[in-house]
Amino acid sequence: MDVFSSLAHGFAVALTFQNIFLALIGCFLGTIIGALPGLGPSNGVAILIPLAFSLGLDATAALILLTSVYYGAMYGGRISSILLNIPGDEPALMTTLDGYPMARKGQAGEALSISGIASFVGAFFATWGLVFLAPQLVKVALLFGPAEYFALFALAFATLGGVSSTNQAKAAFAAALGLGIAMIGVDGQTGVPRFAFGEVHLYDGIDFLVAIVGLFALSEVLIFLEHRGDGSGEGKHAQVGMGRIVPSWSMIRFCTPAMLRSTVLGFVAGVLPGAGASLGSFLAYSTEKAVSDREGTFGKGDVRGVAAPEAGNNAAAGGALVPMLALGVPGSGTTAVLLAVLLSLNITPGPLLFQQNPDVVWGLIAALFIGNLMLLAMNIPMVGMFARVLMIPPRFLMPIVAMVSFVGIYGISGSTFDLLVMVVFGVLGWGLRKLDVPLVPVILGILLGNLMEANLRRAMTISDGDWSVLVSSPLAVGLWIVAIVGFVLPIVVGKALKNRMHMAKEEPGSTVD
Amino acid sequence: MGDRLFGGIGLALAAFYVWQATTIQVSFISDPVGPKTFPIIIGALMALASLAIIVRPDPRPDWPAAGRLAELGAAVLVMVAYAYSLPVIGFVPATVLAAAYLSWRLGTAPITALISGVGTAVGIYVIFHLILGLTLAEGPLGI
Repeated sequence: MDVFSSLAHGFAVALTFQNIFLALIGCFLGTIIGALPGLGPSNGVAILIPLAFSLGLDATAALILLTSVYYGAMYGGRISSILLNIPGDEPALMTTLDGYPMARKGQAGEALSISGIASFVGAFFATWGLVFLAPQLVKVALLFGPAEYFALFALAFATLGGVSSTNQAKAAFAAALGLGIAMIGVDGQTGVPRFAFGEVHLYDGIDFLVAIVGLFALSEVLIFLEHRGDGSGEGKHAQVGMGRIVPSWSMIRFCTPAMLRSTVLGFVAGVLPGAGASLGSFLAYSTEKAVSDREGTFGKGDVRGVAAPEAGNNAAAGGALVPMLALGVPGSGTTAVLLAVLLSLNITPGPLLFQQNPDVVWGLIAALFIGNLMLLAMNIPMVGMFARVLMIPPRFLMPIVAMVSFVGIYGISGSTFDLLVMVVFGVLGWGLRKLDVPLVPVILGILLGNLMEANLRRAMTISDGDWSVLVSSPLAVGLWIVAIVGFVLPIVVGKALKNRMHMAKEEPGSTVD
Repeated sequence: MGDRLFGGIGLALAAFYVWQATTIQVSFISDPVGPKTFPIIIGALMALASLAIIVRPDPRPDWPAAGRLAELGAAVLVMVAYAYSLPVIGFVPATVLAAAYLSWRLGTAPITALISGVGTAVGIYVIFHLILGLTLAEGPLGI
C-alpha cells in the first residue's frame, strides 16, 4: 500500500545515527522538563526551539528533536501529577485523581509505570491513526481555496479555547491581540510599513519565537517570583512510597481494555477542532469510571483510573497532529507551538506539505514511533531518577530557565532589541495570566495573522472586492457554521464542564485527606 | 486591576489600534482590500471583546501587594539591564550577576545564590558554547 511505502521511506529518513541520537536526547530532556513543576510541553518546547534553530539543524532533524521533547514532556508531566498531586498542565489533571492516592498507598512505582505504558499505548495507536487519517484529510484540503482557508482560520480561533473554556470574551481578546501584533511590520503585498512607529527594528515584524519564549518561559519565572515562599510542592515527596517499579502482567492485562477504549476516545477528541487533550483525558476518565467502576474504587487509587486518562491524553495529543499537519491549523496549545517549529523552519503545513516535503512528514511520523518506543524503554527503568528531578527547588531552577531563554533568543539574532521585546512579552504574559486571559490564542494570532490576512486579500482579489465570496461555497458556509457553534457552545456548556472536571478533582481529594 | 479596568484598557488599545490603522499610507497600486481593512477588523474584534469583558467581568484576580509588585518590577529591570549589558561585559559575567540576583530573590541565601549564579553561567557556557558551539555574547574578557 501507498501509506506503508511512505512510512518505510520515513523510517529510512529517521533512522540515521544523528537522528536517533537527537531523539534520545530529546526524549530525555523532554521527560525532565515535563517532570519539573511549572514547565509543561508548551514552554519546554518553546525554550528549545531557538536552540535547535541556532544549532543549524536541518528541518527533519530539528523536528525530530523537538517532537521528542514534546512527547517526552507529555510523559514526564504525569510524574509530578502522581508524586506531588500537582498537574503540570490541564490534561494531567485527571491523572492526579487516582495517581496520587496510589502513591499515598505506596504504589507510586506501579502508578508511574502503568501510566507510562498507557501513554505508550495511547500515543502508539494515535500515531497509526495519524498515518491513515491525515492523507485522507489532505484530499479534502485540496478543495480549499483562499475563502475556505480564511474561514478555517476563523474556525481555529473560534474553537481554540475548547469546550472547557470559561470566558470566550477573553479568548477572543487574546486572539485579537495576537492578530494585531502579527500586523506589525511591512505589509507583504503593498510594501507599506504598518504599526512600526518609525522604529526600523519593527519593520521585519515581531519574531514569534521571541513572543513565545517571553510569554511562556519568562512569565513562568515572574509567576514563581510572585509566589515565592508559598510552598510550591517542595518536601511533599517524602510522603509517598515508590513500591515496585515494574507492574505485574496481570495488572497490565487488567488495564488493557481501559487503555484501548480511552485511546479511541482520546484520538477522536484530539482530531476534532477545539477539543484537545483536556477533553480527551476527561472523556476517557469519566467513560472508564462509568464502564468499570463497579466497586467504587475510582478516585481512591484504582490503577485503571491512572491508565485511562493517560492513554486518552496521549492519544489526543497524537490526534491533534492530524489537523495541524494536514490543514496547517493547530487544535491545541502544544500543537500551536509545534506549528511555530515548522514555520521557523520555513515549512508551511497544509495539504501541500505531504507532496512537497514528504521527507519531513513521514520522517516526523517515523520519529514519533521511535520516540515512543524510546520513552517506554527509558521510563520504566529510569523513573526513579526522573522522580528525583522533582527535588530541584525552583529557586535554582527558575534562574536557569530565564538564562536559557535569553541564550536561545540571543543565539538567533544577537540583538539586544529582541531580548527587550522578549522581556516585554514576559511581563505581558504574566499580566494576562493573572487576568485569566489564555495565552495560546495570542501565540496563534502572531503565527497565523499574516497568512489569514493574505488569504482574505487573495479571495477578495479573485472576487474583485465582493465580500460575499467568503460565503460562496458550501464548504466555506459549513466552516463558518462550525466556527460559530464552536465559539458559542462553550458559553452555554463550558462552565458546567469545567466545574465537573474540578468537582471530580475535589471529591476524591476530600476522601484522601 | 479588575476586569472592568482591563476591559477599559482593551477598549482604549482597540481605539488606538484602529486610529493607527487608518493612518497607514496606501500606495497607488493596491489590491481591493488594501493594507488597512484587516487591521481595522481586528481592532473592532478587540473592542467587542473588551466590551463583553466589561459587561460580564470575572472575579478580581489576587494582585500581589505593593512590596511584591516592586519585587517583580526590580526583576524585570534586572532582565532589561542584563539584555543591555550582554554585549558590553560579556555573557559569563552578566549571567553570573543576573542568575545570582534571581536566585537570591527567589529565597536563596546570598552566598549560595552567588555560587548558583556562577554554576548557571559556567554550565550554560560549557554546554551551549563549548560543546554545542552556539554563539554567545563576548565581552572584553572574551567570555
